Amino acid sequence: MSQIKIPIGPQHPALHEPESFNLILEGETIVDAEVKLGYNHRGIEKACESRNYIQDIYLIERVCGICSHSHSTCFVQAVEEIAGVEVPLRANYIRTIIGELERIHSHLLWLGVAGHEVGFETLFMYSWRDREIIMDILALISGNRVNYAINTIGGVRRDITSEEVAQILANLQTLTERTEFYLKLVNDEPTFMGRLFGVGKLSKDMAISMGAVGPMARGSGVSRDIRQDDPYGVYSQIGFKIVTDDHADVLGRVIVRVNELLESYRMLRVLAENLPEGPIAVKVPRKIPAGEAIARYEAPRGEDIHYVRSNGTEMPERVKVRAPTLANLASIREMLRGGYLADFPIVVAALDPCFSCTDRAIRLVDGKNDHVIDWRQLREYSIGWHKQRGVELSKIGC
Amino acid sequence: MKHPGKIIPEIFASLGKPAATVKYPFEKAVVPSNFRGKISFDAKNCIGCKMCMRDCPAKAITIEKVGEEKIFRATFALDRCIFCAQCVDSCPRKALKNTPEFELAQYDRAKLQETQE
Repeated sequence: MSQIKIPIGPQHPALHEPESFNLILEGETIVDAEVKLGYNHRGIEKACESRNYIQDIYLIERVCGICSHSHSTCFVQAVEEIAGVEVPLRANYIRTIIGELERIHSHLLWLGVAGHEVGFETLFMYSWRDREIIMDILALISGNRVNYAINTIGGVRRDITSEEVAQILANLQTLTERTEFYLKLVNDEPTFMGRLFGVGKLSKDMAISMGAVGPMARGSGVSRDIRQDDPYGVYSQIGFKIVTDDHADVLGRVIVRVNELLESYRMLRVLAENLPEGPIAVKVPRKIPAGEAIARYEAPRGEDIHYVRSNGTEMPERVKVRAPTLANLASIREMLRGGYLADFPIVVAALDPCFSCTDRAIRLVDGKNDHVIDWRQLREYSIGWHKQRGVELSKIGC
Repeated sequence: MKHPGKIIPEIFASLGKPAATVKYPFEKAVVPSNFRGKISFDAKNCIGCKMCMRDCPAKAITIEKVGEEKIFRATFALDRCIFCAQCVDSCPRKALKNTPEFELAQYDRAKLQETQE
């Protein structure tokens, strides 16, 4: 059968963010897929180098709208490691509470998106309605529904009062009941199961060799979770169970995420009931001593890695962000191969992709000038480009 | 095969529930007590250290000296402000405060430059 190449994206109704996929089809079956990154590059890493550490927290928080706390905690952990700061226990508890609330909100949001992608709009409405409860709790604690801005270097910015703890505990009961209902739904509803069973297969061996992270890896039976593998915060003290599933398809990823919700509720209950007394932050000098550190954090989507290098000034010398979606994109080709074109939206959605988090660089492929240029060449190119248009920029310092 | 249509009783259970949305212009949304809204400036407490200017991630606040005395005024670029309230934390004399004000939309961008004395 002859092959057809179908371009999907960068702008496409099935995608929520700009990303380009080229699918090679034989009839309706996908035989190969190409992924092109780089439509959402915002230069955040470079911008971090010209701001101080305090300003960088808010910039890093805006790498992603949904896992904003994950990115800022990861960055702050790296800076604290360089500075040799011991974060107070209460601050670590509050960070972990916000982190788990964020995981719940992200997974509920994803469950809704998955329902929407497979045409199960009722599930979309229900899970997003329940997500509102979490959004209200986050607003109650941090002040805002998104970009909680709770982290600062050396601790957290807002304390949790006993009334807020009581409200969290009261709402957890409702959420647990709702999530148990979803779990039953996922395991019972034949239309939902039939739509997801065997779609986007990623075997355990493949998940390991492609370096899948987060619910993607756990949905293929790989027990991989930074909270256990490299514990940070208070995870080593509270104890939790890693949820895995052996379906190794989109259904497996749904089951993992819904079970993780239940596990997060249980952890939140433990955290809220055992919240220790004490200060919420320690004072850290504005200048961070020279050094470098890598911090790892289990974001709702998987392992998030931040690398920070400092040179003894107020500003970092280098910040590198590896978002979980980048680690998962490698396996997308494997998952699409052999599937149907109609399964493409749900297979991509099952990654819980965040392309703007992922884009750390631009590289034009098949472009007229396909070559990598360094900083000096880029500057000269930019000056020349403006000169052609009658703007003289060569006198501006480097 | 298990029972289809498990979600149908849920639909009936939701029918009698009150609306979740607020009729906004007639009914104001209630913001939480920790809400980070527009920042208010108290010139009495300001010592002009400009820590807020150094820490503002959006470079949205400017503190200027007024006249010869140690009196300062603050200019907020509300179009740039990201409402993180870092300036409130950075201020050593509590001259900056959060307010619950969030209705800041304007037709003219110039009106978003607000000076408080």
